[in-house]
Amino acid sequence: MFYIYCPHCGEHREEEEFHAKGQAHIVRPIDPAACDDKAWGEYLFFRKNPRGLHHELWIHAAGCRKFFNMTRDTVTYEIKEIYKIGEQPSVVAGNKLAGNK
Amino acid sequence: MSDLESNVEVVAKAAVMNQLPADGSGVRAESPLFHAELEVLAKQGPQQGGVHLRENKLQGHLTLRCNQNNPDQLAAVETVLGLALPIQPLTAVVKGDISIRWMSPDEWLIVVPGEQTFDIESCFRDVMTGHYSLVNGSGGQTIIELWGPDVVSLLKKCTPIDFHPTQFPVGKVVSSIFAKSGAVISRTGEDRFELVIRRSFADYLWLWLQDASREYGLVIEV
Repeated sequence: MFYIYCPHCGEHREEEEFHAKGQAHIVRPIDPAACDDKAWGEYLFFRKNPRGLHHELWIHAAGCRKFFNMTRDTVTYEIKEIYKIGEQPSVVAGNKLAGNK
Repeated sequence: MSDLESNVEVVAKAAVMNQLPADGSGVRAESPLFHAELEVLAKQGPQQGGVHLRENKLQGHLTLRCNQNNPDQLAAVETVLGLALPIQPLTAVVKGDISIRWMSPDEWLIVVPGEQTFDIESCFRDVMTGHYSLVNGSGGQTIIELWGPDVVSLLKKCTPIDFHPTQFPVGKVVSSIFAKSGAVISRTGEDRFELVIRRSFADYLWLWLQDASREYGLVIEV
């Protein structure tokens, strides 16, 4: 079980209260109509599955019902960092964001 | 000013309805635990036990969503209710029979006496400015008060929240898992708690609480 810090409530809670919402920092194409099928399909369906650092979106579903981001190591399950929506992670693999294409 | 900002200024008049039946209409108000006949149980059931339960029924539940960084909105709330929004996360404020629970950084649950709900809601509509939302959810939830020497032991069976006084002092309020359902749990005294629960889960949680408190003895009060 994770023991997750909610940046909005300001305290740690059990994982039971949260839901994982997948990869974070997915940028919606500015003009979807201009996308070809490949670009739109990759935006909708294709996700990273890294071994190591992964930036994820989580929601405090049973608590304040707010989204936030988490950087997690998929090998050790260690939570490296919690940061709010709109902020950039400080813990990143190499130089590039794991979630950005 | 951008189009978006100018649109926000044009706030349509919200439809506000008095949800209470008029006096003499013959319509009977039934709380979510009406069928449990708590009044009968209070008279006929055990009078001593480790956990006391009372339904604080038919209160007005107003969900307010607004911007905590907008001083005009904070002042408006204070004008209407006579007490300030709790900005500090996981806190609640109480004054007389009105209470405000912090639900999230932009959401609060305001509980007022049932018969005042419509007046207070109307007053909000007159005084509040800017972008906000006020929803009367009175019919959708109810409040259960629990107290007694074994109330913490009972709650520990129901939720992963830490109830140690250093972690959960009087005045704190949390939303969490409660017996596989959910509840807004607030501590109003050393051995005194309030649960805000959903109407649709009220019967289930009533059955759960009876079962979980069996070893301590459950006393129903009205």
